[in-house]
Amino acid sequence: MAEAVVSSQVGRSSRALTAQKAPPANINASQWRNALFIAPYLFFFATMLVFPLIWGIWLSFHKADTFGVGKFVGIANYVRLFSDKIFLQSVGNTFYFVLLTVPVLALLGLFLALALNRQTRSAAFLRAAFFSSSVLSVTIVTLIWRIVFIPDFGLLATIYGWFGLPGPAFLSSPDLSMIAIAIATIWWCIGLPMMLYLSALQQIPGEIYEAAALDNANRWQTFRSITLPSIKRTFILVVLIQVVMQFQLFGQARLMTQGGPNNTSKPIVMYIYDVAFKRWDLGMGAAASEVLFVLILIAAMAQFLLTRKRGEN
Amino acid sequence: MTAHIEIKDVVKRFGAATVIDHLSLSIDPNEFMVFLGPSGCGKSTLLRMIAGLESVDEGTISINGQRIDNLPPGQRDIAMVFQSYALYPHMTVADNMAFGLRNIGVAADVISARVAEAGRMLEIGHLLERKPGQLSGGQRQRVAIGRAIVKEPKAFLFDEPLSNLDAALRVRTRVELAQLRHRVKSTMIFVTHDQIEAMTLADRIVVMNNRKIEQIGTPMEIYSRPATRFVATFVGSPTMNFVPVRVAGGETGGATVTLGDGTQVKTAIPAMKLDPGNFTLGIRAEAVRVVADGQGVTTGTVDVLERLGERTLVYTKLKDGSVIVAEDIGYSRVAVNDTVSLSIDGSRVHLFDTSDRAWHCEEGING
Repeated sequence: MAEAVVSSQVGRSSRALTAQKAPPANINASQWRNALFIAPYLFFFATMLVFPLIWGIWLSFHKADTFGVGKFVGIANYVRLFSDKIFLQSVGNTFYFVLLTVPVLALLGLFLALALNRQTRSAAFLRAAFFSSSVLSVTIVTLIWRIVFIPDFGLLATIYGWFGLPGPAFLSSPDLSMIAIAIATIWWCIGLPMMLYLSALQQIPGEIYEAAALDNANRWQTFRSITLPSIKRTFILVVLIQVVMQFQLFGQARLMTQGGPNNTSKPIVMYIYDVAFKRWDLGMGAAASEVLFVLILIAAMAQFLLTRKRGEN
Repeated sequence: MTAHIEIKDVVKRFGAATVIDHLSLSIDPNEFMVFLGPSGCGKSTLLRMIAGLESVDEGTISINGQRIDNLPPGQRDIAMVFQSYALYPHMTVADNMAFGLRNIGVAADVISARVAEAGRMLEIGHLLERKPGQLSGGQRQRVAIGRAIVKEPKAFLFDEPLSNLDAALRVRTRVELAQLRHRVKSTMIFVTHDQIEAMTLADRIVVMNNRKIEQIGTPMEIYSRPATRFVATFVGSPTMNFVPVRVAGGETGGATVTLGDGTQVKTAIPAMKLDPGNFTLGIRAEAVRVVADGQGVTTGTVDVLERLGERTLVYTKLKDGSVIVAEDIGYSRVAVNDTVSLSIDGSRVHLFDTSDRAWHCEEGING
């Protein structure tokens, strides 16, 4: 009897052991069902990004209008594109615009962030003020700057008038039209770089500055040796974001100058818009879009690789 | 060149809160001074005031007779090691150490010689080209100390430099710091809340509590003659036993105190200095021994045993309910709930009156 009890206990405990030995599910194992977690994102990524990208490339090799996609034309759209002087001019205009805006946005944003990185009420007010323009739509921004730039009775013309001078013809001069658009764009976009820099500056531990103070560093030495290297990554990020954004200039040019005078302020996106949606030459519009895509890619990659290399050195 | 630091009547306020209240202190040349106290007692603030990282609201701080509290931190000729090390993350170890010297225009060959020497002294010579992110906590700590050494300052300030290290490394670094201070002749001020660091490193300890100094003295003075009940509580492990006692008075020689359970203990504290009345008896565990039955002055019931290896701490409850931690040998045979006999060494006790004044045993008085 006693033996029976013992053996039943042994049997029970060995069953319990067997149950414990069952391999636990390895939650890190690669399993297809895990893909469900990223499926919603993957769906939108594919339908909104990958598919249009491939379709755009496919379209750029076809003759296409609003009635449908016609025959395959090979690289004919690209040949037509690069023999179009207006397209080449719009590429040049866009590069000029990027050169006008990105360095100013990157440096002015840094300057504002450095100046306003303090815990005073006036700094908080100014931070909000400089960021507030970012929330405006392009329509409002261009309206404001048209009021400033418009000849004869604009704000600028009025101020020049007080000194008896003729105001500069920002919107109608071939030399100044792109500069006018750049000024409006910088005013509109300065908030984001400033905020990115501010968040980077606030992540630098205060003790490093205290150590630098004990190390006899003056303000310039502190800035150059402590602050700048600490925000290097943010600087690269700001330049990358701005290069990508400013290459896509459209609204400001469309609303302030209509690309004029004489196409001197026409950017690539506006060229694409004119070709695809005014002349309904969708194939050539798609080809121009692909050129813009490659240009942005090259600029962003070059920027990234150059700064990374320098950082490693 | 080493520093004699004189702090006179300094006050520090943050808004309405006073964090240092009319504090004076003199630190001798080449002295290793430790500021010891609990969090928020003002010890780090005092150190930062000496460094120039906090302003002084009242009073003066001077080094070798020259007032420095109005100078910027870099011009005070002092170096500081921060709790978080505060290394420059994008500079190599060598650049971290050289930065302060370059800023004041020291010649490049002098800089490289000093950096190499510090690297050799701290055994980080092979790490000079690495960045702080590639170093372990202990190595970063050495770089931070190296950065201070190369400046050859008049005084070193350490702000809880060991608290970010794990226990084993902390003990090792503590020993190395003790060795370092003999190699580097300079005044050193070390802030800590760890009484073991204070006891092992200091020439003198400043025990601070609640914005003011409780006691200044050598480690053994602080340990054996605590000026206040706070010092007695804060220094020493386990914490000193405190038992309410009565002093009858009318004696000559050592005072006899009566514990709550009626036990009388003859102390070496001069009776004539004491007014009769209620006191608190302070006595460390090492002065209360577990002895053979009937040989002690009192008995207690064992509540808890802590076996530390070389000794055993015996938490006993006396008949009146008061708890005393006694000491026994490592292989103590005592068990929980045993009744044990306790001897009390009357020549190693302290008395505190209700106003926190302390009386200690004196030589020549029989305890």
